[in-house]
Amino acid sequence: MVGLDHASLSRLMPMYLALNDDGRITGIGPTLAKIIGGQVPLGQDFFRHFSVRRPAGITGMAQLRPRAGQRLQLTLRIDGGNLRGLAMATDGGMLINLSFGIGIIEAVRQYSLTDSDFAVTDLAVEMLYLVEVKTAVMQELRRVNLRLEGAKTVAEEQAITDALTGLRNRRALELRLPQLIAQGIDFGLMHIDLDYFKQVNDTFGHAAGDTVLREVAKSLTIETRASDLVARIGGDEFVVVLPGLSDTARLAQIAQRIIDRLSTPINFEGQRCAISASIGLTISTRYAAPEPERMLSDADAALYASKHAGRAQAQFHQPTDSARLSSADGIAVADGRRA
Amino acid sequence: MHGLINRSIQCFLRDTYGACAWQSIASAAGLGFDNFEPLLRYDDGLTHAVVAAAAKQLARSRETVLEDLGTYLVSHPNLEGLRRLLRFGGVNFVEFLHSMEDLPEHGRLGLPDLDVPEFALEDLADGRFLLRVSQLVPGIGHVVVGLLRAMADDYGALVLLDHGGIDDGREVVTVHLLDHAHSAGRRFELAMPGG
Repeated sequence: MVGLDHASLSRLMPMYLALNDDGRITGIGPTLAKIIGGQVPLGQDFFRHFSVRRPAGITGMAQLRPRAGQRLQLTLRIDGGNLRGLAMATDGGMLINLSFGIGIIEAVRQYSLTDSDFAVTDLAVEMLYLVEVKTAVMQELRRVNLRLEGAKTVAEEQAITDALTGLRNRRALELRLPQLIAQGIDFGLMHIDLDYFKQVNDTFGHAAGDTVLREVAKSLTIETRASDLVARIGGDEFVVVLPGLSDTARLAQIAQRIIDRLSTPINFEGQRCAISASIGLTISTRYAAPEPERMLSDADAALYASKHAGRAQAQFHQPTDSARLSSADGIAVADGRRA
Repeated sequence: MHGLINRSIQCFLRDTYGACAWQSIASAAGLGFDNFEPLLRYDDGLTHAVVAAAAKQLARSRETVLEDLGTYLVSHPNLEGLRRLLRFGGVNFVEFLHSMEDLPEHGRLGLPDLDVPEFALEDLADGRFLLRVSQLVPGIGHVVVGLLRAMADDYGALVLLDHGGIDDGREVVTVHLLDHAHSAGRRFELAMPGG
């Protein structure tokens, strides 16, 4: 057997306790003395400073002795700190070695421990190192995720935006229509095509054309609600989706206001660019099971009818060709079903 | 090369010379993007291009740029975390020097695919050491000189450092420790600050 003095034991096990047969502390490692604080508790009762939580029922040396070699969970009475350890029998007493276990991170902070408070063989410092490495890596990951999230939002916004006018684009429309249908929200659908736009382009050039398109975009935004979707889906073609609006008169009114506004000539570098708009409309409530494709094609057919009937007017789609809404008639609603 | 290393070079250039300088270095190096992502991998050529472009743009020698990079890694407040990780290596400068040999393993504990050069320390007695470092990038020895200089300050040690050329494919750094407790150095506590 080896015999070790206090100095050697302290280096090997800075958290050791030597107890005599009565459970009195006859030796204590420097780190343990540091965390207990105050006067070194030599000669004092072990159970005055520590309680054994597990195994249960250990309140004195009589119960502790048979537990030699078993893992012990202890609580430091002074501050409730948890320790784990092992007690072994010695000549005339017991030798206990303690450690912080998983509580090491908090213990280092609480007791201001340094390298020299741990045994050279202890991996405590490596453990602390790992926690910092992990924290640093997690922090980087969080930053990366935030950057990616930001980039994703911008990319998604760009993917559904028309670059020239800042309106939504066809992709946005194709995403929105199935959503409304799936949510069971009624909506009006307006297909708008500019009249005489080609002449503007041919006469004043593409810069004039682009200005006109931007002005049209502004007008459409003014004449619709923030919750409506206004998309440019082709050269001079626009679609407006109006969620919650299935009233024919209301839709006809909005269509007429758009036509009126777009019929005001647009100024481009002193030139008057005169256009107007033809509109085709349909409403989701007219379909037993609305389908985006079908509704777009019906609105397109109604638009074609408006063009055909002399432009600058709006018509609702109807299976049978009967009535129309013209600018001359004012807001005379022509609904195939009601008529 | 690991993005973390490229990102460190980027931060060094940005924090030292400004965002505009970094932008023009990145464009002169032909990166095609503004920021290295720290957890991606990049072609080694990009790292070399950035260092070369930085030297040219800043009209400084490559050696000086690399040495300043090494100092920045330890002394800039933005990289306090790295300084702390290095300080875990030992309680004094000599212990720290010895811990350099463990750097690749320490690095891999955090990021298994991180490129960390291999270090070999030779103790010549009387406070003289030779530190050999594998050429992760040519001129790595200058980064190490800058880093050791800053670490010596951190520990409060007085040290003479020099790049001793290349020996058998490894760059040699000569270390002469004159006084291990020349000044107070900076505080280091095991507990993470503010956590």
